[in-house]
Amino acid sequence: MTQLALVIDLNVCVGCQACVTSCKEWNTSGIAGYLSDDRPYDADPTGTFFNRVQTFEVGEYPNTQTVHFPKSCLHCEDPPCVPVCPTGASYKRAEDGIVLVDYDKCIGCKYCSWACPYGVREIDEHQKVMKKCTLCVDRIYDQKLPREERRPACVMACPTNARLFGDIHDPDSAVAVAIRERGGYQLMPEWGTHPANHYLPRRRTEIVIQPDELVRADNPLKVDGKLPKPSLKEPALDDVTSW
Amino acid sequence: MQPAFSVIFLTTLIGAGQGLFLALYTVELYSLFEFLPAQPGPAFYAPGTALAFALLALGLVASFFHLGRPERGWRAAARWRTSWLSREVIVLPAFMAATAAYWLAHWADWREPSVALGAALTIAPSVAIGAAATVLAFALFLCTGMIYACIKFLQEWATPLTVANYLMLGGASGFTLATLFAGRTAPELVPFLGGWAAVLTGIGFLTRAASLARNAGLKPKSSLQTAIGVKHPRVVQTAQGFMGGSFNTREFIHGRTRAFLRAIKWIFLVLAFPVPIALLGAGVAAGSSTLLAAAFAAQYAGLLAERWFFFAQANHPQNLYYQAIA
Repeated sequence: MTQLALVIDLNVCVGCQACVTSCKEWNTSGIAGYLSDDRPYDADPTGTFFNRVQTFEVGEYPNTQTVHFPKSCLHCEDPPCVPVCPTGASYKRAEDGIVLVDYDKCIGCKYCSWACPYGVREIDEHQKVMKKCTLCVDRIYDQKLPREERRPACVMACPTNARLFGDIHDPDSAVAVAIRERGGYQLMPEWGTHPANHYLPRRRTEIVIQPDELVRADNPLKVDGKLPKPSLKEPALDDVTSW
Repeated sequence: MQPAFSVIFLTTLIGAGQGLFLALYTVELYSLFEFLPAQPGPAFYAPGTALAFALLALGLVASFFHLGRPERGWRAAARWRTSWLSREVIVLPAFMAATAAYWLAHWADWREPSVALGAALTIAPSVAIGAAATVLAFALFLCTGMIYACIKFLQEWATPLTVANYLMLGGASGFTLATLFAGRTAPELVPFLGGWAAVLTGIGFLTRAASLARNAGLKPKSSLQTAIGVKHPRVVQTAQGFMGGSFNTREFIHGRTRAFLRAIKWIFLVLAFPVPIALLGAGVAAGSSTLLAAAFAAQYAGLLAERWFFFAQANHPQNLYYQAIA
């Protein structure tokens, strides 16, 4: 069974918001209608977004790390937002695991947003229906697009390749390998939602140097004349020790 | 959560309507078994049932104000297999229909026993309809409570006490209203209904106090650490991704101070429980409709505050992601 998902590498995300703007650009231009904004150039701007990039500071000064954290619908494998929907507008596709909202059935009761612990559903204040990330379902299957462009807009836009897209149930896919080999994890595992989107943790880049790598332990070629000389009674471990 | 007045009015109005119907049917059952003097049929039951129906209808109207697309509201009956909200959408009109049938049975004065229950017992149609409506009334309390209790990560709500509170507080306000109503139409019933109203209010106080005590000791399961998956004791948000508001900040954050919440809590603890019990006692003793009206008004106002507090107290885990603007 296919489960499409994003894998987001927090180690390389630089918080540039390119995924936010490209997501908004693509999804406000589609057949499903615009993603409404209000007062975009005034004091209190607001709008509907599928994707937000937040910033967190981890640690105590001076040992701090700034973590940029892109957040969108995680397309849970056991999505709590779907069974609570009274109309069936909120559903999870069997064929690829994408959680979607049928904008023509949604009554705008907001109950699904209450039932999502991650706060990734946003109501459109003008169309009055619930909206959320579609994994660019109108891009990824579009036969008219070149094959390399059949990816979500945010993935295409990411300049550091922090966003990987693929089928996490296919063990050979790049996303499954990344989760497996680079410590991919899920958000709020305590609620049993099994998010399909995974995050790759920050990794500190450091060189591991053992003390014996700094101090010369032996000197088989007798450079600089410092030969570790065993005593005469001891057997020589190599063939070059001489006395 | 940001309390929505549409839902506050919906739940308090239908709760009082359900309670009022249950009070009327309790009187009919007690009369049937001759624990109470038989009531004049159409003069007592029919207007009372009409009042209960009106409360339910008002609640239904209030619920539409919660919908972004009220014209599609009929679709909400589709997913009753999984959604408690969908179940409520079905049970509320069903209960209203049963209430209407109960009203019709009393208005047309069908009091002759004509529904046979086995060989020995034959009951009036109104009793049979009332039994069905009673089942639906309890089912509606269950649906309303479970809408909130089934969201497991809203820990303040995810408890059987939520259902118990909807049941007891709806029942209490309905019986208080029934006492007031009996004061006008059947004064001999006032001590009986007033007594039950006080008992239900007392039990409601116990269940609500129990949920307050439970919630005071709750430990949130989610933290910023689990929310972003960074295992470090000190994680602080420095930006939430936008400078203005969003649906996430408007819907889930009430923006009131702790002191305000505490004040609302004490207001409802006083207005919804001891004040109505005292006014009921005084009203029954003095035979005063004014005092009984004051009892219901105080209790309903208290329950509005209670419902506001119920929503405001629920701390949604998504708020972890919205703690700093920039």
